[in-house]
Amino acid sequence: MAWLKETLRQGRPANVAGARSRVIVDEAPWIAAGERLAAGEGSLLSLWGDTDTVNLAALEDESVGVLTLACPTGRFPSIGRLHAPAIRLERTIRDLCGLEPFPATDTRGWLDHGRWGVRQPLGRRDPATATGDAYAFRLAEGPPMHQIPVGPVHAGIIEPGHFRFTANGETVVRLEERLGYVHKGVDRLMAGASIDEAAKLAGRLSGDSTVAYAIAFAQAVEAALGLAPPPRAVWLRALMAELERIANHMGDIGAICNDASFSLMHAHCGILREEVLRASQVCFGHRLMMDCVVPGGVAVDLAKRGRTALRRLTTTIKRRFPELVELYDSTASLQNRTVTTGRLSAELAQQYGAGGFVGRASGRAFDARKLPGYPPYRELRFDMAVRDEGDVDARVWVRIAEVYQSVGLIEQILEGLHGGGLSASLSRQSAAADGREGLALVEGFRGDVLAWVRVAPDGTVARCHLRDPSWFQWPLLEAAIEGNIVADFPLCNKSFNCSYSGHDL
Amino acid sequence: MRKLLFQSLLLQLPLTERAPTPEEAQLAELAQNVGSAALSRLGRSLSIREVDAGSCNGCELEIHALSNAFYDVERFGLRFVASPRHADVLLVTGPVAKNMREALERTYAATPDPKWVVAAGDCAANCGVFAGSYACVGPVSSVIPVDLEIVGCPPSPTDLLKGLIALLAPSSLRKLS
Ligand code: SF4
Repeated sequence: MAWLKETLRQGRPANVAGARSRVIVDEAPWIAAGERLAAGEGSLLSLWGDTDTVNLAALEDESVGVLTLACPTGRFPSIGRLHAPAIRLERTIRDLCGLEPFPATDTRGWLDHGRWGVRQPLGRRDPATATGDAYAFRLAEGPPMHQIPVGPVHAGIIEPGHFRFTANGETVVRLEERLGYVHKGVDRLMAGASIDEAAKLAGRLSGDSTVAYAIAFAQAVEAALGLAPPPRAVWLRALMAELERIANHMGDIGAICNDASFSLMHAHCGILREEVLRASQVCFGHRLMMDCVVPGGVAVDLAKRGRTALRRLTTTIKRRFPELVELYDSTASLQNRTVTTGRLSAELAQQYGAGGFVGRASGRAFDARKLPGYPPYRELRFDMAVRDEGDVDARVWVRIAEVYQSVGLIEQILEGLHGGGLSASLSRQSAAADGREGLALVEGFRGDVLAWVRVAPDGTVARCHLRDPSWFQWPLLEAAIEGNIVADFPLCNKSFNCSYSGHDL
Repeated sequence: MRKLLFQSLLLQLPLTERAPTPEEAQLAELAQNVGSAALSRLGRSLSIREVDAGSCNGCELEIHALSNAFYDVERFGLRFVASPRHADVLLVTGPVAKNMREALERTYAATPDPKWVVAAGDCAANCGVFAGSYACVGPVSSVIPVDLEIVGCPPSPTDLLKGLIALLAPSSLRKLS
């Protein structure tokens, strides 16, 4: 039997309403889970700390489950020691909650740079000086090696983070990332916030995925409270999610080409992206559709002029995008930059459970809309684009295919959109003594976004954990750049386009 | 490629929109904040260095959009540059994350005088939904002097353009100051 199902069957059920797939385990099954994940059975979905517990979410086949381990001594057996994708998450647990993984694989802080004036902001909240911690980058030694420090402020209009390259001549020998610069303390802000306030925060964890986060948070709250949003709301959410996907893919395909100095694609993709944002504005009153999805349903209905705007949009994309794809495909100088550049192996993509186009361009056929799946996607037809090459080019092609699939989805949604209400009332929530909790996995443009929420008996959020797909993609960028020239880093980086804010919390 | 260029040049109407007019309130705000010496230098082309001091990246998306064919920010002589040393204006977004404070201060210090700071987005102006966090210093003005705020979550490209054009309108500014 699959280990996750078996562990869920044998563990003690968490006695919390809504926690159907969470069990409390002892150290032995906890360590066994790490071993199974390390053996490639399933993927790690997330790892986070709560009041004196650590929680591990995993996916195996179609089952998603959470294992909870109590840590009365403030320590827990390290999963990262067995399964590397957990390392940064464990460092974060130590920074935020003060729970120590043992034996520790990496004792350096991750999100905590020693600047907050407080340690363990989700735990003991010890006051501390804010003078900044020293940070020892990993060395790559030898006579011809030199280091190139980049960031946190980068040259373009992008988010901040630090990259430490060790290069041998032009070739990158090692890249080490240091992130956490845009940590805004979202987990702490969420604790005690009303559901409405928390939904706003969730929609601002990573602005480019605001719809995906709003849906994930809403689904988690709905699972906790046992609410079902009305069908029209569910379909409108999917409509927004697909608009968001197209807008981001369009912008990034152009930007990748721009990083290969092919600005014509950038200009044309920029026009199409703008068309998507303008259609979104017409349909839902906000270009990025922030705060349009709320727990219980949606906050806005599709505007009267929305249908016409969307028909125009899909027609425009279907007419103009193929020309751009053709241009991408037939420009040798561009292909010369993207093909074989920044290759990510299928093994690593699988090991890290890489979501989105990063995983799918390296053969990992996973899409949360299909599996575990959520409404309304079971009623809609779309194909998953998967390629095996794992290079910049493959990531572009996956995104090209996804643009077409999303256009098809929008057309189907317009066809089949139900009438009816927009929102289920949140007031039905019955206050369970222990509070209630819910989990959701939603496919954003970048990959699967995980949301876990515990609602307190008074209806506020007790604890919320949001896990951006970038957590498992950032480390892979370090691997993909190895052996490439330094000058190709912007191209590789853009082809991953990981979120800093979504990761930094 | 030639076909596409040809079509874009000859067969399509230009997409670029007419310039928006800056708001009176923004001009007044600038007149109040910018000293007369610095004011006399405004009104020419400006080089802008964007600094994300803790944004959710939503503001960056709309700042990017300024360069698309619809808004075409460069036609106003506004140019995004890669280094603060080449910049006249720092366009700062986000509530200032404590982990970014030093980087923002250093970027400001690296920008030659005269310089102007525009705080873009609700977060930059008042921390937005992140107000009160242990991890945020505060709005941009709590770290470096701000000359102009452009609110919105995120501000639309038109809002951003209005604000930036206000920086280029010294004659109206001088009248106001
Ligand atoms: S103002 Fe809004 S869009 Fe801009 S950084 Fe803040 S939350 Fe994000």
